[in-house]
Amino acid sequence: MAEVMDRVTKIIVDRLGVDESEVKLEASFKEDLGADSLDVVELVMELEDEFDMVISDEDAEKIGTVGDAVNYIQEKM
Amino acid sequence: MRLEGKVALVTGASRGIGREIALELAKNGADVAVNYSGSKEKAEQTAQEVENLGRKAFVIQANVGDADQVQNMIKETLGHFGKIDILINNAGVTRDNLLMRMKEEEWDDVMDINLKGVFLTTKAVSRSMMKQRSGRIINISSIVGVMGNPGQANYVASKAGVIGLTKTAAKELSSRGITVNAVAPGFIETDMTDKLTDDIQTEMKKQIPLARFGQPDDIAKVVVFLSSDDASYMTGQTLHVDGGMVM
Repeated sequence: MAEVMDRVTKIIVDRLGVDESEVKLEASFKEDLGADSLDVVELVMELEDEFDMVISDEDAEKIGTVGDAVNYIQEKM
Repeated sequence: MRLEGKVALVTGASRGIGREIALELAKNGADVAVNYSGSKEKAEQTAQEVENLGRKAFVIQANVGDADQVQNMIKETLGHFGKIDILINNAGVTRDNLLMRMKEEEWDDVMDINLKGVFLTTKAVSRSMMKQRSGRIINISSIVGVMGNPGQANYVASKAGVIGLTKTAAKELSSRGITVNAVAPGFIETDMTDKLTDDIQTEMKKQIPLARFGQPDDIAKVVVFLSSDDASYMTGQTLHVDGGMVM
């Protein structure tokens, strides 16, 4: 969990230019981290590469918060 | 060379306008993935000519109306060349009939390839273009998509749809350095327009201020321009290359 969270956090910090302290499980990409729809699409793409998995469009639509992403990756790994 | 080091994927490049676009891109320095649906030999011929121009070619079969085949085409092309800088959505078909007599499958066939095909291919390629923060997508529409044409309700609707899709894709992808433009050819002499009746051909010629039909390379040259850095401040546009038919 901690390892996944670290890797996810790094990607979010790089991509969205936010401070590491803002990346909390409950943080919403759009509302709290200033991402637009396209940023979220790109984040999902980077997560796919980072964790070497395919995230379907249907699943990607359900990822709204940092916690959603971390949980999803945990389940799939 | 305007396109040195660039990789282009041209759908429907076995003949007609697509073939000419592939060759013109190669003349300007691009390596080219030559997509075809049914005409393998002709696609290989196009590829051979690209190679004769000193560029690399890669032949890839796919029906652009089929999502899985499109995914595979993009994957294979990326695997072969490592990137796609330029996508030319050119593949298109006609199934002409009067609206009153048009069968549902004639409508669907044309929509699947001409409009859905552009959607599927653009979607599949945009991922890698977004990552590299650059890309050029050029969709081949048609002037009849702007003006309407009797006997081509399906084709006209698909080509008008391409213009709307072009504008939306341009807006969605602009922040990632990707431009999306369309070219709307007028009457260009190809196998496709050969099939039009003499009546339609005569009627169309009367409407062309430059008083002649166009050639595939008239379109290809505009496509090369849109693919190049010279067009970097243009996106969401539809260029009419039609001898002045629609102004």
